[in-house]
Amino acid sequence: MTLREIIQLVEGAPLTRVIPWDMDINYVTASDLMSDVLAFAKPHSVLLTGLANVHVISTAEMADVAAIILIRGKQPSDEVIRQAEEKGKPVFGSPHSMFELCARLHNAGMQGADVNAL
Amino acid sequence: MPPIPEFGRVQELIYELQIKQVMSREVATVTPDQSISDLKNLLRVKRISGAPVVENGKLVGIISVEDLIRALSKGEMAASIRDRMTTSLITVNEESTLIEAVRKFAQLGVGRLPVVNDRHELVGIVTGGDINRALLEALGLRYEAEEKHHIVHKNLFEEISSDETSIRLKYAIASKDFGNGGKASSRMKRALETIGVPPEVRRRAAIVSYEAEMNLIIHTTRGGELSVCVSPERLQICTTDAGPGIPDIDKALRPGWSTAPHWICELGFGAGMGLVNMKRCADEMKLESTPDVGTRLEVVIYPQLHT
Repeated sequence: MTLREIIQLVEGAPLTRVIPWDMDINYVTASDLMSDVLAFAKPHSVLLTGLANVHVISTAEMADVAAIILIRGKQPSDEVIRQAEEKGKPVFGSPHSMFELCARLHNAGMQGADVNAL
Repeated sequence: MPPIPEFGRVQELIYELQIKQVMSREVATVTPDQSISDLKNLLRVKRISGAPVVENGKLVGIISVEDLIRALSKGEMAASIRDRMTTSLITVNEESTLIEAVRKFAQLGVGRLPVVNDRHELVGIVTGGDINRALLEALGLRYEAEEKHHIVHKNLFEEISSDETSIRLKYAIASKDFGNGGKASSRMKRALETIGVPPEVRRRAAIVSYEAEMNLIIHTTRGGELSVCVSPERLQICTTDAGPGIPDIDKALRPGWSTAPHWICELGFGAGMGLVNMKRCADEMKLESTPDVGTRLEVVIYPQLHT
């Protein structure tokens, strides 16, 4: 699925300015625990999280997460956006809950990033 | 004229970017009860040619240098702004995209628009200059992103002739410095990219060093050191610190075991998965600790196993 299709499904709005809309996304990670993200996230994946601090951006950078979706209308600080842009990690906001977003993406055929872990 | 490749992108951006991403948030405003004379001072000091009129947080009008000149010619500088302001307001919503502002500039021949939120509160002002600057910045960022994508890093080791080559990176980590948490690992990951370490190896190394860096920040009394030694066959990550040490290493390695204070969890860490994650990314891991003396962690990754 392309990033564009994913963002349409989650009714997301871009919070950063450079969006590679046609990038392929193969997996989803959903967690507020950055250690879990570091454990399971894969390249070509999107991260759903309720955490909106700079550690989310660092985690995405370390684990090669392709894009970040902040759930339930969480507003990141300007510093978070600045770092996201500097590190080339597109960030979106979605008004929906984690459960709702996971259901939408799963129903659309997306796989969890932890699908073949362990 | 040859086609301008960036033009399509500019159009895309005009439909993508929201007003609130480009507007100025610091707006010089006046209240309806101030005088035209007050307005004159404000326009002179701020070097602007008009100001929104705000009453109880709500935007109620706009007043410009033309209104000022009219009052001046009639000798009515003491008049209140309420009597001279324009109340038929043209605004843009902060959530609208740039195209909204661009259309209004063109249709109405104005150079600036007050920006309001859904409650009709003034949140900023947007000018043609703001839009141009934002478009240029966004194009610049996109260009940088593409540049990064296109750079194929050579393997530094292949360009260096020696019997044995290794590169050593060192980073000092300060205790309790959460604001900079991840900075060292970020620098390290970029350095590994410059050296030409393959992506999957880089990713594993970054996860190990990020968890290790957070551990030094959260747990140590005086911080510690993160060092990385890279050779073509072997990537070794080491952290050392001077205490407090881990009382029970077996427990520390148990998934979910945590001694981190509760508030660390709000940052997304402290769930007792750090060492477990490191082990998962490592080909070899050694953890030695003496209470009150310090801890030494060593992780080795063999690039050949992951490419």
